[in-house]
Amino acid sequence: MTVNEEQTTIGVALEDLTREVKALQTDGYRLVQIGCTDTGGAYEVNYSFDRGYQYRNLRLTVGPETEVPSISDIYWGAFVYENEMHDLFGIPVNGINIDFKGTFIKTAEKYPFSVTRRGGDQCRNA
Amino acid sequence: MPERIIVPFGPQHPVLPEPIHLDLVLEDETVVEAVPSIGYIHRGLERLIEKREYTEYVYVAERICGICSFMHALCYSQGIEEIMKIEVPDRAHYLRTIWSECSRLHSHLLWLGLFADSMGFENLFMRSWQLRESVLDVLEDTTGGRVIQGTCKVGGVRRDIGAEKLAEMHRALDPFEAQCRDLGDVFLNDETVKYRLQGLGVISKDEAYALGAAGPTARGSGVAMDHRETGYAAYGDLGFKPVVETAGDCYARCAVRVKEVYASIDLIRRAISEMPEGSLDVKVKGAPDGEYFSRVEQPRGEVVHYLRGNGTKHLARARIRTPTLANIPPLVKMLPGAQLADVPVVVLSIDPCISCTER
Amino acid sequence: MSTMAFLKRSPWILHYDASSCNGCDIEVLACLTPLYDVERFGIINTGNPKHADILMITGGINELNRAVVRNLYEQMPEPKVVVAIGICAATGGIFRECYNIAGGVDKIIPVDVYVPGCAARPEMIIDGVVTALSILEEKRAKMTGAAQIKDDARQAAGETT
Repeated sequence: MTVNEEQTTIGVALEDLTREVKALQTDGYRLVQIGCTDTGGAYEVNYSFDRGYQYRNLRLTVGPETEVPSISDIYWGAFVYENEMHDLFGIPVNGINIDFKGTFIKTAEKYPFSVTRRGGDQCRNA
Repeated sequence: MPERIIVPFGPQHPVLPEPIHLDLVLEDETVVEAVPSIGYIHRGLERLIEKREYTEYVYVAERICGICSFMHALCYSQGIEEIMKIEVPDRAHYLRTIWSECSRLHSHLLWLGLFADSMGFENLFMRSWQLRESVLDVLEDTTGGRVIQGTCKVGGVRRDIGAEKLAEMHRALDPFEAQCRDLGDVFLNDETVKYRLQGLGVISKDEAYALGAAGPTARGSGVAMDHRETGYAAYGDLGFKPVVETAGDCYARCAVRVKEVYASIDLIRRAISEMPEGSLDVKVKGAPDGEYFSRVEQPRGEVVHYLRGNGTKHLARARIRTPTLANIPPLVKMLPGAQLADVPVVVLSIDPCISCTER
Repeated sequence: MSTMAFLKRSPWILHYDASSCNGCDIEVLACLTPLYDVERFGIINTGNPKHADILMITGGINELNRAVVRNLYEQMPEPKVVVAIGICAATGGIFRECYNIAGGVDKIIPVDVYVPGCAARPEMIIDGVVTALSILEEKRAKMTGAAQIKDDARQAAGETT
C-alpha cells in the first residue's frame, strides 16, 4: 500500500511559535528537523513535523538579532537542531535543555551561514 | 552514594572508524548521563552549492557519506526533479531501486559486522564482511565504483544494467539469500548474542516517537515508519511493508536490520523480474525555481534534503538532515543505566554515521 | 636488531578518520576482512597509538581534528610512517573549497605515502601499506644506525676516561 506524501507550509509569528508547536505535539506529530535559510538579511526557520508521512512546516521569519525561544521543552530532541542553528547561523536560541553554548559544531569561521557573516567569538547563547 | 566519575569516550576509539566524543558520567560501572559532542568531521558541504551547479552537486551529495552514498544522490536528484517537474523514465526508477537496495544490503551487512565486533564476536564480524564483498562486487560490476557509485543524476541514471547481468544477479540471489539467512540465524537465535543484547538500551515506542527517532532505531521500538511506503522510485510498484520489532532493545534493532536484509533481497529479486524497458534519462533544461523537502529512507533512517532554487544554476539553499542526527537524542536517553562495557554496543545499535551527521 | 626484523612484514596500523566521507574508512576496514584479509600477514588494526607503526589517515584537516591528528601522531613511537588515504587526505579533494577544510593531512604532520582515489580502492590501500613498509624499514635502519654510532661513541668515550 502506498501512502501519498503531502507537504504544507504555514507561516508562524514569533510569539505564536511555542503555542503552535505544542498544538502539533498534541496532535501526534513528531519533529523531523529544524532548518534555517538565509533570505538576504533575514532568516527563515523551518520547523518540520510529520505524522503518517504528512509533512507540515511552520515557517518563522526572524531578523539577524532576534532571539528565538527554544522548543526543547516540548520536543526533548530539538536540542541538536537548535544548537546547530546557533553554531552555524548565529541565531540566539533561548532556553535549550542541553545548551552547548557554541561548542556543538566548532567551525574555523564562526557562524558560517550567518546573514551578516561577521564572525567574532562571542557566543550569542551566553 | 557512589562517587561519580566522568570518562571521556573518543574521538579516536576502537568502536567505530569515525570520531564521536561522549562524556560518560559513571557511578561505579553504570552510566548515569551521556553528553555527546560532535564536529570532528564537519566540512561545510551545504555551502558548496555556491560553487557547484545544481547538476554537479549530485556528486557532492553522494560524498556526504560513503556508505549511503547512492541514497544521498537519489534524495537530492528526486528533490530537484520534483521542483523542476521532471518525469523520470520507469527503467531509471527500477535501476535506482536496485542500487538503493544493494546499498542497503552492503550497509546493513557492514553494520552487522561492526556490531558483532563491538560485542566481541570476531568470527561473525568477518563472516558479515565476507558476505558484504559479494554485494560490493555487484555494485562494482554495474556502476564501476565499490562505495561511491556516481550513477545517479538529475533526470535519471547514467548507466544501464544489461539483460545478461540482470539474469546473473537474479541467479546469484538465491544462494546469497541462503548465506544471509545462515548469518542472520546466528544474530537472531544464538544464546550468547541474545544474552548480551536483550534488555539493553531499551527505548519505548512512545519515547522513540517523541524523540524523533528514525529508521531501524524507531522500528525496533515498534514505530512502523519507513519512507519507502510513500512509493518513491519503484517502491510504489513493488509494494513494501516496513519491518517492525517491538522490544525496543539492542536485540530488536539488530533483528530489524537482519530482517531488512531479507526484505532487500526480495525487493531486488522482484525489481529485476519486473524491470521495464525504456530510456534511462530525460534531458534536463533550465534551472530549479522553488523549494521542496525531499525524503528518502536510508539504511539508517529517513533523510531530508531541503532544496531551494532561485532560478539560477546555483541553488539558494541545501539543508541536509540525516538520520543519525535525529537518532542522537534517543541515544542520549538509551545510555543511562547501561554498564560501561556495554556502551560500545549501545552506541552502535543506532548505526551512527558521523560524516552524515556533521556534513 | 634481530627481534625487530621479524616485525617488518607485520606492522600494526592505527586508523583515524579526519574528515572523510566514510568511503575510504570502510575500504580500510575492508582490507582487514575476508577477500583482502591483510590480517593473515599479521597486519592488525589497533586502537592504541602507542602500539602502532603506521598511521592511516582518511579525509582532510578541519578545525576541530587538527589537535587530535597531531596528538595521535606524537603518541606513536618511532619509527613511524604516515599514509594519507584518498584524495581528501592528500589535498582536501572534493571538499577543498569548504569553509571548514584546511587542506590535506600534510598541513599538520609529515606524510610519507599518498594513496589516490575517491574512494581509494582496497588494492591501492594495500599497495600503499607495502610502500609504507619499505619506508618504515629505512627509518628503522637509520635509527638503529644512529643508535649504533651513539653506542660506539659512548663505548669509545668510556674506554678513554
